[in-house]
Amino acid sequence: MTIKVLGTGCPKCQRLHRHTEKALELLNQDVEVQKVEDMADIMQYNIMQTPALVVNEEVVLNGNVPAATSLAEMLEPYFEKA
Amino acid sequence: MLEQLIDYLIYQLLGLQEGVHWVSALHFFLYDTLKIGILLVLITLIMGTVNSYFPVERVRKFLASRNLYGGEYLSASVFGAITPFCSCSSIPLFIGFLQGGLPLGITFSYLITSPLVNEVALALFIGMFGWKVTLVYAVSGILLGTVLGWLLNRFRLEPYVEEWVWNIAKNKQANSEVADRNPTFAERWPGIVQESKDIIRRVGPYVLIGIGIGGVIHGFLPTNFFEAYLSSSNPFAVPVAVLVAIPMYANASGVIPIIQALVAKGIPLGTALAFMMAVVGLSLPEALILKKVMKPRLLAAFFGSVGVAIIGLGYVFNGIF
Repeated sequence: MTIKVLGTGCPKCQRLHRHTEKALELLNQDVEVQKVEDMADIMQYNIMQTPALVVNEEVVLNGNVPAATSLAEMLEPYFEKA
Repeated sequence: MLEQLIDYLIYQLLGLQEGVHWVSALHFFLYDTLKIGILLVLITLIMGTVNSYFPVERVRKFLASRNLYGGEYLSASVFGAITPFCSCSSIPLFIGFLQGGLPLGITFSYLITSPLVNEVALALFIGMFGWKVTLVYAVSGILLGTVLGWLLNRFRLEPYVEEWVWNIAKNKQANSEVADRNPTFAERWPGIVQESKDIIRRVGPYVLIGIGIGGVIHGFLPTNFFEAYLSSSNPFAVPVAVLVAIPMYANASGVIPIIQALVAKGIPLGTALAFMMAVVGLSLPEALILKKVMKPRLLAAFFGSVGVAIIGLGYVFNGIF
């Protein structure tokens, strides 16, 4: 399982990173949240708004930053599958 | 109605003396904080709703898939106005538009208007200057983006976009599918509220400081204080105002209430509008970000033309108001 936060380091991107880590804490999952900050790398994911959240190389979220609890809800199914 | 409420609070409930300097400063502060607070909540919620239904992916698809016979510049500019702007998104957006096969000029139309006409500026404008001035500001901002995008497109500036951008745009086909799931309004609402809260939390302190300084100016400076230095007959006032505005980006939301107070003390409205357009439209951080995708000449053409256009608008506004 890989979780990445795409963003060049703007406040919103940092917040998404924080919220994602919090969400994983809520789910009791010890997965590292990778930061992708290089623009050329970010653009490989075909997005037009940052920050974005990528789970298993699939963009699940972009342009907005949900609360940690709703992120946890979003991420939960991925752990059930695994 | 709001004004009566504050009047009642200050003069009746607290029994303060009308006409005293610090009382009128307090009146300005309370009244404007309340009014702008309400407007900020309303407008960020409305804009958030619009944006939830029209994400940039859909905007790009709309612009790329239809022949709009020249109307595409206006459409891009209007979309720029109604979608919220975050300077950190300007590069993905820039590349995304080019990937979708949109001409550089249309991308510029969007990029120029997006910061210029944004939800926070509109809320502050309505609160401080009223509907009429806000409408003039929004319409001229949209037209500025439209005309400059069209004009810049004539100059064939594509070679001045950094090569790596074209490589990505060529190699990666634009992802044209919009999310297959269409969430209901009830599902969208929490996200919209969260976004609105985020915006208000971010700009709130600046707005309060701005209104505070505005209040002091209102209460303590004599009317016509600035007329001597910055009257509309001074030909340098507009360009100087635009230049001074460039480094002010971080405090854009705090600047508007101060400017309103200055206008009340004799600064011509046109000069003030040009100043505010320059604060939000010519941002240093955005220039630094866009430097990664544009070669210096293109960046200079982009910001230079926006700057000149804003100065021009300043003179026009001074003529009108």
